[in-house]
Amino acid sequence: MSVVTVSHAAVSYGDRAVLQDIDLEVRPAQVVAILGANGSGKSTLIRTILGLVPLAAGEITLFGTPQRRFRQWARIGYVPQRMGAGSGVPATVGEVVASGRLARRGIFRPSGAADREAVRSALADVGLLARIGDPVSTLSGGQQQRTLIARALAGRPDLLVLDEPTAGVDAASQDAFAAALGRFAGAGGTILLVAHELGPIEPLIDKAVVVHHGRIAYEGAVPEPAGHHAQPGHDHVHPHAEAERARICVAPTDRMPAS
Amino acid sequence: MDLFQYDFMVRALAGALIIGLVAPALGIYLVQRRMSLIGDGIGHVALTGVGVGLLLHQSPVLTAVVVSVIGAIGVELVRERGRTSGDLALALLFYGGIAGGVVLVGLSDDSSNANLMQFLFGSLTTTSRQDLTVIAVLGVAVLIAMLGLRQALFAVCHDEEYARVSGLPVRTLNLLMAVTTAVTVTIAMRTVGLLLVSALMVVPVAAAQQVTRGFGSTMTAAMVIGVGAAAGGVTLAGEVNTAPGATIVILAIAVFLAVAVGAAAWRVLRRRSSPAPQRALAQLEPPEVVLQAELR
Repeated sequence: MSVVTVSHAAVSYGDRAVLQDIDLEVRPAQVVAILGANGSGKSTLIRTILGLVPLAAGEITLFGTPQRRFRQWARIGYVPQRMGAGSGVPATVGEVVASGRLARRGIFRPSGAADREAVRSALADVGLLARIGDPVSTLSGGQQQRTLIARALAGRPDLLVLDEPTAGVDAASQDAFAAALGRFAGAGGTILLVAHELGPIEPLIDKAVVVHHGRIAYEGAVPEPAGHHAQPGHDHVHPHAEAERARICVAPTDRMPAS
Repeated sequence: MDLFQYDFMVRALAGALIIGLVAPALGIYLVQRRMSLIGDGIGHVALTGVGVGLLLHQSPVLTAVVVSVIGAIGVELVRERGRTSGDLALALLFYGGIAGGVVLVGLSDDSSNANLMQFLFGSLTTTSRQDLTVIAVLGVAVLIAMLGLRQALFAVCHDEEYARVSGLPVRTLNLLMAVTTAVTVTIAMRTVGLLLVSALMVVPVAAAQQVTRGFGSTMTAAMVIGVGAAAGGVTLAGEVNTAPGATIVILAIAVFLAVAVGAAAWRVLRRRSSPAPQRALAQLEPPEVVLQAELR
């Protein structure tokens, strides 16, 4: 049974088509990266899979159930691009991560010893246990991102969905992050992530999917240096082209997983 | 204290204490969601409810609850759509609410400026036994909802999309917030009045978060400050014969200023006396810019 299937999916904002005829399959224990330039529709794709953006056409199933009827949200751990707009009210790292237990526990049951243990072990996993009582506003961008991963891990999900988790994250955090994802995948977890740059998570990726102008332009191993950038018609003028070539596309073939 | 030998003063104090406890427990979620002024807006709408009640010879508190709940649900539906015109829709609703209230109160048999002032700025000392029962029952209900559903409400206010993906009943929780806001505004109408009710929801939270580190501790501290300001305000108002509602709000703002100044002074002192831990922290956490440069 597939963890996620997307067939002939289309999404539009008003009259503008954002995604067209998308087919995607994520199998259990697979690590799938969705790549693409800014504005290609890659974030919209995972937001559609999670039900945050409505489908205009096509079908999505999650763990074999049509998305519309899917209720086992505790099986999915979502890591958004960044911490929700920080309001004035302080919140500790532990309090934010504890939100990750709600899907499993339900909203009426008070948190118990199992919840506290899950929060602590998720924070230990991303190397932030020492900061459990600190306000999240005192953390660096990378540490905040790790807090969001811990929040997703605290729910003990089967599938992690991450939206550009390493964008603008410092190297120390990127490594801690890659290690946590590696352990999750190693324990049989499934990962679907959107990325602009892969960095240290690159060796984990089983399958890369490149979204270009709202369609899937490539599906397979992580693209090599001369990969999709050399294709005719690829738009080279976007400002991140240099960074992207340096970070995603220089994939040393000896590190490529045999999939 | 001599003041509290009068029954009306005891009832005034009891009503103020309940509001002082409940308003910040609700207000913290509004502040977290950057909707600090929503209570003010709902207060405007509630005035139309008061007008309806006086016109129809019904209990103004009851009709105010009904009208402000309808208004709050309307505001929530506008917010949920996230349209840019939401801002204007709110303005129309709020000013329509207060204008409607003034007109309706004027049309009623009992139209006097004193009557209008009583709802706009509170009339704590005329709180009847029956009023107090309504305040207590509704106040406890709001308090139970705010404390019992703390984690879920925190999740929704902190990151609504994440809450949605967690399968939480986001819409129901948002509507619950809207309804409890309306109820709190209406029961606080007696204490501080519709124009000052928002202050009791927001100011204790603003004061608490100057010194707290987490959401739970902010909530507790805000409730303590709210109760303290309510008790102090009623007592002071009785002693010096000022309006209790306004006195409570001024006390709360004084607490905010004192805490803000105190916290700033404490930070300066600590930085001067022990620069070492700051340096250790800097070593633990090298600037991201440097790391980014290394990466390239």
